[in-house]
Amino acid sequence: MGRELAAVVGVGQTKHRSSRKDVSMAGLVREAAIEALDDAGMTWRDIDAVVIGKAPDTFEGLAMPELYLADALGAVGKPMMRVHTAGSVGGSTAIVATKLVTSGVHQRVLTVAYEKQSESNATWGLSVPMPFQPPLVAGAGGFFAPLIRAYMFRSGAPRHIGHLVAVKDRRAALRNPKAHLHIPDIDLKMVEESFMLWDPIRYLDTCPSSDGAMALVIGSEAVADAARGPVAWVHGMAMRSEPTMYAKRDQVNPIAGRACAKDLYAMAGISNPRADFDCAEVYVPFSWFEPMWLENLGFCDEGEGWKLTEAGATAPDGDIPWNPSGGVLSSNPIGASGMVRFGEAAQQVRGRAGDYQVELKTGKALGHAYGGGSQFFSMWVVANRKPPS
Amino acid sequence: MREVAVVSFAASGVAKETEHNEVEIIVPVLRDAIAGSGLEKTEIDFVCSGSLDYLFGGPFAFVAGVDAVGAVPPIRESHVEMDAAWALYEAWCYIQTGDVDSALIFGFSKGSLGDVYEILTMQTDPYSLLPLWPSAIHMAGLQARAYLESSGRTERDLCEVAARSRVNAQQTQYAVRAGDTTADALLAQPKTADPLRASDVFAVADGAAAVVIAAGDVARRVCPRPAWIRGLEHRIEAHQLGLRDLTRSESTEAAATAAGVRAGEDKVDVAELHVQFSHEELILADALGIAGPDSATVVNPSGGPLAGNCLMAAGLERFGEAARRIWAGDADRAVAHATSGPCLQHNMVAVLEGD
Repeated sequence: MGRELAAVVGVGQTKHRSSRKDVSMAGLVREAAIEALDDAGMTWRDIDAVVIGKAPDTFEGLAMPELYLADALGAVGKPMMRVHTAGSVGGSTAIVATKLVTSGVHQRVLTVAYEKQSESNATWGLSVPMPFQPPLVAGAGGFFAPLIRAYMFRSGAPRHIGHLVAVKDRRAALRNPKAHLHIPDIDLKMVEESFMLWDPIRYLDTCPSSDGAMALVIGSEAVADAARGPVAWVHGMAMRSEPTMYAKRDQVNPIAGRACAKDLYAMAGISNPRADFDCAEVYVPFSWFEPMWLENLGFCDEGEGWKLTEAGATAPDGDIPWNPSGGVLSSNPIGASGMVRFGEAAQQVRGRAGDYQVELKTGKALGHAYGGGSQFFSMWVVANRKPPS
Repeated sequence: MREVAVVSFAASGVAKETEHNEVEIIVPVLRDAIAGSGLEKTEIDFVCSGSLDYLFGGPFAFVAGVDAVGAVPPIRESHVEMDAAWALYEAWCYIQTGDVDSALIFGFSKGSLGDVYEILTMQTDPYSLLPLWPSAIHMAGLQARAYLESSGRTERDLCEVAARSRVNAQQTQYAVRAGDTTADALLAQPKTADPLRASDVFAVADGAAAVVIAAGDVARRVCPRPAWIRGLEHRIEAHQLGLRDLTRSESTEAAATAAGVRAGEDKVDVAELHVQFSHEELILADALGIAGPDSATVVNPSGGPLAGNCLMAAGLERFGEAARRIWAGDADRAVAHATSGPCLQHNMVAVLEGD
């Protein structure tokens, strides 16, 4: 876990909405950053370095935004970096920031991930016509629907499984005031009757387009020991990548995801994820990815994920709650969504998750993000106790 | 801190690459860098790259990089939307954690696909500066004018920098603007953004650069004279040009001090500076304390980015060029510098030393 320990000592998050016309990009990231600094009992002056992350620059029409945001994030005179690893970027950014601490290079790092989707149109931004390539213009849903159909074919999962996740996560979001979507009367019938986008993905099986930002303050062991409130110790971090396409690639249950989880669990001493975690915040942008990632992350055997979902095991009152915050299905500021997962996992083990707090037994939680064509993965394990030395 | 060294470097560059796509450009450079490292590809623990989607013309330029690496079985990999010098910084920090011992770092671009000077405008404050659409050349011109008027330097000094770059670049395979010339000859040319002439503005190169870094024993095993990274620091400045003193580079000064470049105290044999406009070399030399007729420092013996600027790779190339002098025994102590943003907004300084 590196030469130094590290912990999340502050968390800040904007209220996610489809359009934050009331703030600039700088205003948006500052909202999250100031909340995280306040939570950590710090000011801008206390921060040694700033690491930002977001998805492609085409989503806002601004290249290399760390340059413009240096002032707003108090980075002037300090080191600043910008991470971009597709949809996994929110998680990768938190990991890069944490490595600045576990390396012993810095003591206090502010990391912020954001997306202001209302500045542009993400589906268009994902589908820029490229020379010599057939235009896809399908966005992410068009890409992932065939993988979901392949999963259904392989596992024999019935069609309503995705809808169960869509209902579960939206109901969970009702307890999270920062979630974008609040649909009080959400039920299976409403999801089943929502219009078909990319078979089998119906409208309510998809994540929203959100403006939002997430910020974490990562502190060294000394900083965390001196913190006035609870902190979330980082027990393990892992990233893995594989190409979009190669012979015999398993896009439904990617090797990169399994290898990433294996690295992570080895580092964090996790042998049985279903029992060892109190909850998991996992990147589920389309409802069917819950059962798919249950299998990829080793919470069950291959082909069994949908049975956990169907049995309610992943519900807030199940034995292994997944996305008690409402997840990506309830808020999706794309580049921030991974860091929201990482930060929500931290809030759970800190006991700071408010009305969606899960019961802490092991005191450990999983944060997960993925991106590209299910090819980039970033994950961490956080806990309410220091890792064993 | 763990001892980490640059152990291998490869780069390519042409003025306009019309036959090969990004993956095809990257593959031979990675092959050469890995071969030169003495490590097997599978022995390299981490891969980190730098690229810019706006140069690629679409989202996820770095995915081309992952394809070029051949990430099967899946690899530990990350990416910065910055010059690959910052990818090297990320990799260096990762090695400092003790969890990995070596890393492959690369950057690439095909700047010739568009007007890079205007693409760089897309970096500016989207609410107050971008709508004015200042090209990178015009912003540099403002800085050059401010610098000349405050320093007493002249346009001839700029042309001296440009001429030396062009002459030195004759030794650099991937340079795209090299040849015999003189400051007098360049001074006779018309200006493009007063006081800058075309010769004071970087030449666009399409290509890639890759570096392998390794910790202690691994570096010693594969490299007869590793180029040890003894200091590595970067700092960013305010974005708005009006908020900065454009006549000096405060972030370079701060990074240099933190990295251990103390003016007049330790000699610097070679400095490879990320100079995209002639006046920047003068500002950077001031900031690093290596300016003036008494300086023993050889600046940009490769010709530097003026002679061929492969955006997102050019900063990393400075590490490779500085390391190359150390491997060869031509230098014992070298400085590598990388920059990002309009008018030297963000600067990195590294000190490389031989044993």
